[in-house]
Amino acid sequence: MRLFVHELRTQLRLYSRSRELAFFTFLLPLILFVLLGSVYGDDTIDGFDGSSYLEAGMLGYGVTSVAFAGLAIFIVIRRESGILKRVRATPLPAWAYIAAVITATLVAYALNTAAVLALGRLLFDVPLPPHWLSLALTLLLGALTFAAMGLGLTVAIRSAEGASAAVNAIYLPMAFISGSFFSQHSFPQFLRAIADVLPLTYFIRMTRDVMLQGDEFWDHAGDIAVVAAWGAVGAIIALSRFRWAPSQG
Amino acid sequence: MAAVSVENLRKRYGDHEALRGITFELGEGEVFSLLGPNGAGKTTTIEILEGYRPRDEGSVTVLGEDPARASRAWRGRIGVVLQSSAMYETLTVRESLATFAGYYERPRPVDEVVDAVGLEEKADSRVSRLSGGQRRRLDFGLALVGDPELIFLDEPTTGFDPGARRNAWEAIRSLRALGKTILLTTHYLDEAEQLSDRVAVLRDGVIVAEGTPADLTRTPATEIRWREDGQVHVERTQEPTRVLHELTGRALAANRELEELEVRRPTLEDVYLELTEDAGE
Repeated sequence: MRLFVHELRTQLRLYSRSRELAFFTFLLPLILFVLLGSVYGDDTIDGFDGSSYLEAGMLGYGVTSVAFAGLAIFIVIRRESGILKRVRATPLPAWAYIAAVITATLVAYALNTAAVLALGRLLFDVPLPPHWLSLALTLLLGALTFAAMGLGLTVAIRSAEGASAAVNAIYLPMAFISGSFFSQHSFPQFLRAIADVLPLTYFIRMTRDVMLQGDEFWDHAGDIAVVAAWGAVGAIIALSRFRWAPSQG
Repeated sequence: MAAVSVENLRKRYGDHEALRGITFELGEGEVFSLLGPNGAGKTTTIEILEGYRPRDEGSVTVLGEDPARASRAWRGRIGVVLQSSAMYETLTVRESLATFAGYYERPRPVDEVVDAVGLEEKADSRVSRLSGGQRRRLDFGLALVGDPELIFLDEPTTGFDPGARRNAWEAIRSLRALGKTILLTTHYLDEAEQLSDRVAVLRDGVIVAEGTPADLTRTPATEIRWREDGQVHVERTQEPTRVLHELTGRALAANRELEELEVRRPTLEDVYLELTEDAGE
């Protein structure tokens, strides 16, 4: 436990000093929120006020950007440069390192969420969510799921240079198809078919219902099951195949 | 008890046999070099000893444990300097050392390590601002901060300019002065000669020679060269005094000069080249 707290402090410090992570974690989601909100924030989408609808989608985009994409990229970079290998040679247990990395990611996502909610409140008059606990549980489930998938994805990437391209090629289309930016109603059939298997679709739907309909976390057993199943797949791959040493040499 | 003991160690990658049964021992407080050209199996050996790679055959004991099943406590007793000096670029020198110090039960004080590796002036600079030589010194510091008994150095000066190499050598000598057992790999002869108590020369996964640097150069014959009747003569002998005496005696008796007379002890380099070039391919 002492080791976990010690490592968490380092991970948070690294997070706070990384310009790349600051950009992808905060700036990009907020820029997208402002841009898209200005375009159709005043419309009515699927029966909801446009900005409120978009805000839930932005929390979904945030979770893939911070917990999935950001995490996968920096883990691959640390692995390929040899940092993970060095850490592995010390008595720090693997679980303490991974737990600290995931916890730092959760903290970053919490800040991202706070920024999105604050921006929505100030700029677009979006009311604050009614059930904080349910929202927190929903976001926690999503963040853990996408973090597990991000760690699982690192297994498939073999170079630091390829990390950003590979991760972007997955998470951007996923965010688009899952309805982070607009309603899926106008999507053609094949896109909807893909959307129906992606965890982000279920996560965004759940977040939206908790924020806008006043639902509780536990009302969504089906959504929870789909999201958690993806998380479990990611975790199983990560647990069985995670590599600490660079791919070459 | 030996700090490291390796017996009949074998490792293959697919069809390639990287280690073909090597055996050596390393006593406490000893500095031991694995010397050999690229691809000889040095890094494979050291990574098996560090616990990074599984072996195929043979027995390996490092500080009384099998590295393939090493405990956390064991990890606290070894220090590792890898070939690449990857670290968190955005941390300062002091923060990096404090981060790693926190992983160990009884670390050395961070300030003491900063002094030991000569980075006092850079203690609060970020890693990204360090020069290559300074990074390497921080590398040693990170391996040292846990106060290990045994330190592995994998090609500690590859790619260094001469000045940086001297600095690294100084750092290694200071580790040795602290009583640490050190196993290093290198493909530089002078490095092995300068730093080690004993050297094993590795070629194609086999140890072809082992001993103190002096031993290795003692075994082969001393070379005596001279020119006579326009021809260069070379004689190799284990008894240079007697051979030289006879030779010069004959020349004096015949009232002749031994032109270009030269008596040479082979350098470690000659031995190394001979060992790693002949036979095989």
